[in-house]
Amino acid sequence: MEIVISSYCRIKNNALIVNGKSIQLAKQDSAAFFLAETYKILGLNYPKFHKMDGLCKLGLLATEAALQNSGFLERHTLDKIGILMANKASSLETDRVHQQSISDKEKYLPSPSVFVYTLPNIVIGEIAIKHKITGENAFFVEPSFNTNLMLQQNNLMLKQSEVSAVISGWVDFDNGHMDALIYLTEIADDSIKKLNFKPLNEELLKQLYQ
Amino acid sequence: MPEVFTSYNNIISPLGFTTKDNYSALLNNQSGIQNKSFGKLNDLFCLATIQEEKIKEYAVKAGIESGFTKLESLSILSIQDVLNQSGISLKEKNTLLIYSTTKGNVDLLEYNKPPVSKERAYLSKMTEAIGNYFGATNIPLVISNACISGLLAIIIAKRMIAEGLYENIIVCGGDLVTEFTVSGFKSFNALSTNLCKPFDARRDGINLGEAVSTILITKNKSLLSESSTHILNGASANDANHISGPSRNGDGLLQAIENTFSKHKHILPDTINAHGTATPYNDEMESIAFERAGLTRVPVNSLKGYYGHTLGAAGVLETVIALEAAHHNQLIKSAGFSEHGVSGKISVINEHKKTTINTVLKTASGFGGCNAAALFAKL
Repeated sequence: MEIVISSYCRIKNNALIVNGKSIQLAKQDSAAFFLAETYKILGLNYPKFHKMDGLCKLGLLATEAALQNSGFLERHTLDKIGILMANKASSLETDRVHQQSISDKEKYLPSPSVFVYTLPNIVIGEIAIKHKITGENAFFVEPSFNTNLMLQQNNLMLKQSEVSAVISGWVDFDNGHMDALIYLTEIADDSIKKLNFKPLNEELLKQLYQ
Repeated sequence: MPEVFTSYNNIISPLGFTTKDNYSALLNNQSGIQNKSFGKLNDLFCLATIQEEKIKEYAVKAGIESGFTKLESLSILSIQDVLNQSGISLKEKNTLLIYSTTKGNVDLLEYNKPPVSKERAYLSKMTEAIGNYFGATNIPLVISNACISGLLAIIIAKRMIAEGLYENIIVCGGDLVTEFTVSGFKSFNALSTNLCKPFDARRDGINLGEAVSTILITKNKSLLSESSTHILNGASANDANHISGPSRNGDGLLQAIENTFSKHKHILPDTINAHGTATPYNDEMESIAFERAGLTRVPVNSLKGYYGHTLGAAGVLETVIALEAAHHNQLIKSAGFSEHGVSGKISVINEHKKTTINTVLKTASGFGGCNAAALFAKL
């Protein structure tokens, strides 16, 4: 089975890189500012975005950037698209906010709109909801970006489940620091082979994550 | 592809420190859930927590030195039991540990002076400590996918073994009752102040529980236990509907079930162990999905009335109990159920009874719209 990457988006050091084209924001800008600017640059109009925590905003924006003009959603039925993600900090960025809200008996104020984001796979849910994607899901937590695991799990999902394509990637948000690589992978059947996408392999993933 | 099996297992919960103790407690209608105060507030909660003295007693007996968190100690005890039973070691290159959890050591965030480094709130730091205890050769894998984590870990372990990546995978699921989760679910108004009542007309929310459960997944026929089953298939699917509410029509769970049966269309399972959290919407959704999947007459239970909702441990713990019950051809009463209270036509098990069980369907659903299903067949 041949698997190809049809599009990707890399976010690091306040830069947005989409299929090799880069948009750099000022390095000193906050993560919140970067996310708000990126939302505008991508021309999104999605009110739910503003309710999300940082991890979900980061994952959603990187996915939107990779999807735009990719033809990916048109090539696959929505129940045959899986979403596979991993990171290092799980949902700790929002966990700390929730913990803060309950640490003091006098100012005890846990909020359901914060608590719901204290699970890392919510970012998968947000992406699924935006596009009505209903295939397989998996969220892994790793010591660092691990090309070997990402490839292995991507292959397993495509080979051993019903999906024909996977939105895959790394989405980490920790202490205000963002790090994301989202890439779209597809089984290269005859019609997709004609599109001349690059084959998915370890070298390519390492290169994209650099 | 090679066949993949479930094998030796363990449960540590308020109902005991072995699968055997847990299983007999269920047959004696014991529940681990108690009414108690918890955390900073004076409110009473219905929670299933493991006695601290018991944990210490077992940890000392096992010679686990200090330097581990509560969840790490429980996980080590649970994994050790499975390694002892099976005789395998995590030192072996062909053996992997997969850990499923939602919150791991999140209780470390509470402390100003934590008992171990706060770094261990990072899930991979926690599993590294557990792996190092056993001298693990392979870096443990962590799956954190809300309340389907445990079942998803079993499904992914099955796929990894079928692919030839490992011969044995130890799947361990664990989560604690913490101020973090209790306050969060309370803010959602999701906690019942009574014993939870899955699928019942008067159900009004969940009880939180803590547990660690471990199961060996293997292709090695020399490592099978008397309750081993063949994992026929498993699948996950997303509702793509709402991050904290289940789909109204059960679409996501139905898709997970249909994909699980895609190559086993002739099988009607003999029993279903459902997720059954006892929230009004979840149980309603599950009943609709089961009816739409043509499972109306299949006896179904939820184990939440015995254990509460054990989050990342639930999928492992409940699979272990469901397979143990299958081994004994036993249907286990869905605790807390008396009056049918969901609109989908399903057959909730209202008393313990003996029957013939060959195949078991296990399902789970969770926040983020995720659903999972897996089908097991006795050997």
